[in-house]
Amino acid sequence: MTVTSLARRWGARTSGYPVAVAVTAAAVAALTLIPLGYVAWFAVGEGWHAAYQQLVRPRVGELLWNTARLAVAAMTASAVLGTAAAWLTERTDLPGRRVWHVLLAVPLAVPAFVNSFGWVSLSPAVEGYGGAVLVVTLSYYPLVYLPAAATLRGLDPALEDTARALGLSPTRVFLRVVVPQLRPAILGGTLLVGLHLLAEFGALQMLRFPTFTTAIYDQYQATFNGPTATMLGSVLVVACLLLLVAELRLRGRVRHARLGPGSARRATPVRLGRRAPVALTAVAGIVVLALGVPLASLAYWLVTGTSTRFPVADLTAATVTTLGLGVAGAAVTVTLALPVAWLTARRPGRTSTAIERASYFGSALPGIIVALALITVCIRHVPALYQTTAMLLAAYAILFMPRAVVSLRAALAHAPPHLDDAARALGSGPLTVAVRVTLPLIAPGIGAGAALVFLAITTELTSTLLLAPIGTATLATQFWANSDAVAYGGAAPYAALMVILSAPMAYLLTQTTGRIR
Amino acid sequence: MRGARALAGIAAITLLATTGCSTSEPTTEAGTDPSDVTLTLYNAQHVDLAEAMVKDFTAQTGIKVQLRNGKDFELANQIVAEGAASPADVFITENSPAMSLVAAKSGFATVDPDTQRQVPARFTPPDKSWVGFAARQTVFVYNPSLLPAAQLPTSLLDLAKPEWKGRYGIAAAGADFQAIVSAVLALQGPEQTSAWLTGLKTNAKIYPGNGAILKAVNAGEIPAGVIYHYYWYKDRAESGANSSKTELHLFDAKDPGAFLSVSGAGVLKSSKHPKEAQQLVAYLTGAKGQQILSDSTALEYSIASDVPANAKLKPLSELSPPDVDLSRLNGPEVIALMQKAGLL
Repeated sequence: MTVTSLARRWGARTSGYPVAVAVTAAAVAALTLIPLGYVAWFAVGEGWHAAYQQLVRPRVGELLWNTARLAVAAMTASAVLGTAAAWLTERTDLPGRRVWHVLLAVPLAVPAFVNSFGWVSLSPAVEGYGGAVLVVTLSYYPLVYLPAAATLRGLDPALEDTARALGLSPTRVFLRVVVPQLRPAILGGTLLVGLHLLAEFGALQMLRFPTFTTAIYDQYQATFNGPTATMLGSVLVVACLLLLVAELRLRGRVRHARLGPGSARRATPVRLGRRAPVALTAVAGIVVLALGVPLASLAYWLVTGTSTRFPVADLTAATVTTLGLGVAGAAVTVTLALPVAWLTARRPGRTSTAIERASYFGSALPGIIVALALITVCIRHVPALYQTTAMLLAAYAILFMPRAVVSLRAALAHAPPHLDDAARALGSGPLTVAVRVTLPLIAPGIGAGAALVFLAITTELTSTLLLAPIGTATLATQFWANSDAVAYGGAAPYAALMVILSAPMAYLLTQTTGRIR
Repeated sequence: MRGARALAGIAAITLLATTGCSTSEPTTEAGTDPSDVTLTLYNAQHVDLAEAMVKDFTAQTGIKVQLRNGKDFELANQIVAEGAASPADVFITENSPAMSLVAAKSGFATVDPDTQRQVPARFTPPDKSWVGFAARQTVFVYNPSLLPAAQLPTSLLDLAKPEWKGRYGIAAAGADFQAIVSAVLALQGPEQTSAWLTGLKTNAKIYPGNGAILKAVNAGEIPAGVIYHYYWYKDRAESGANSSKTELHLFDAKDPGAFLSVSGAGVLKSSKHPKEAQQLVAYLTGAKGQQILSDSTALEYSIASDVPANAKLKPLSELSPPDVDLSRLNGPEVIALMQKAGLL
């Protein structure tokens, strides 16, 4: 209904060309809303009494407490760690700043479950709450670090100079001038950490720290798509949506754009002086813990693990499958994201904003919820799609759509619409304009979006575990099967391949985030 | 009109977007050359064991088999959810409650009489909707440096007592442990089982799997744990890296903790290749299949066609499990009780 009325409103205002785009975009938004609709429909269908019985029991309280205390501690730790590291690499004369910048961001290439594997296979002492906070913080702090560093680099130091000239001490300048300008980056990154935490499965399962997501997986193993799994899912969905709304509100409200012509000069780096060794030790410490430990652990298991085998055929097959799924998933996701991005960039308004936001909802949901929703919807309504690669690709598209939309929207914003108009005026049809003018202009954005989606797919574990068609084994699922059987040596080659595949992408990310913002 | 067209457009786009890369199901006609048939096996057993048995089956018969791997209840519930559309031809599990779950929804075709005769009656349910093909013994693995032999429990039920608080691990989310609970339920009834589970919730440390428990006991993290026998034997056979500091203890004869869990195999009623599917189950319980099982590094008990268990294991005849009717081992009720106790 909403979709049709959207189309009609579009039709009333514009020509036939945007109608097609709008309808496609609305369809994409509808697709990404499937998981949300499924959970809501299920919760309503169960009725109050059943829902009450499923939810008000000690286990749920325990999970809620675990999830909440993990989220609060890891989000705080990531915010502090990410901001401090960003300040050190961007605003001080820390020796080797460029190298540190890359090293601090590269942990993004190590999936959290591989990081967790690295720690827990060395010592079971990291199991439980403390270890969970440590491992997820080390995995996710770059989500704060990258935007904070990019923002610091782009800040106009004139404001700080003014504050200093007005008599503020350096510390006060930082707290009263710099931090407020950094706030959107830090809070946005921190909320992103929160969303990742709520969805995290593999890392926490290995650390024996039960949260909602791991409990849902346990329920899935015991009951497939049973009612308790979905009811637990509904609580998780509410938590995710709260974070998402907070994130969107922050993003929408605060603007610290620099006005005026010319470009800002770079800020003068703070001289660390005698504090340099301390700062170096701190930064090196983060890198060792976040990158050194998991990589050393992987190396150890590759070399000495008792169950280390190099089943070349299996490794090759899993790599080829992973690459294939990554490429196909990136292609599908980018194709679906195009109309959404086009609408938000070229026809801004309430409707296009609504469509864009809808595409975010799917990605805020944990992979396990998306997978359960697709399984149930497919079995009941589209059995032909059940257990096909198409279903897995649909899950990837739902989960990773925003990564593509963001890149495409940025690219479209830089592609002058006058060129499209000129081509139309010269007699080209809409399709010709799209193929010969618009698409070539935004090719770099398409590439960046596709790369981000590809990176996410190659390390996706949860929904791949549930949705992979018969006989499909990816690096992540093979890794999981081995580590589940405590065959650490057997798991190591798959983990190493995932890191090798992801590393170039993560490196590119450190380069582009610096330039774009 | 416009609305209808828009909806049709959406449908078309969604289809285009999602079917672009769908894999086609292998299509085969019934009654053709067996080498053209591909069976789909929903496998909840250890993947390496299933692959070894299936490989030999294909070599013997020319019938190809593809595996969908998962856990007992996951696949059982999946088969039930899929109903008549299930792609599964044969289902094998690690423990029997998941078989009972499918049988209760009339999901299985009766096993061929010849196959039934290969398996001793105590390893099959009365209605012969499926047959056992392997078995695993419940054991208490312990670290003698933390738990002297004199203090070992005689009954699984003791573990709910306060003196065991924090001293042993269980893999509550796994089908293995849930099968053990189903034996307690069959022998003790729901009320006592519920009280026992509440004790376990207080006392036990929860681990993600039997392998993780064994490793933890060996590392001295916890003194003991409830697992199945073959995790220990397997590790001992390989390197002992995760078991060298541990020993096995059996609970008293006929105690619920002496439970011998049966791995089942059954042909789905919805199978499109019933003849070949029956052949696979006949093979799994036949002399050739059982020999592969017995010789394999899986070290589960072979139970059919008079093939003796692997020589590394304590012979089947020396075990004294409690007598339980396999069809009474209930999965869903166990899950519900464990949810109530907060273990799930």
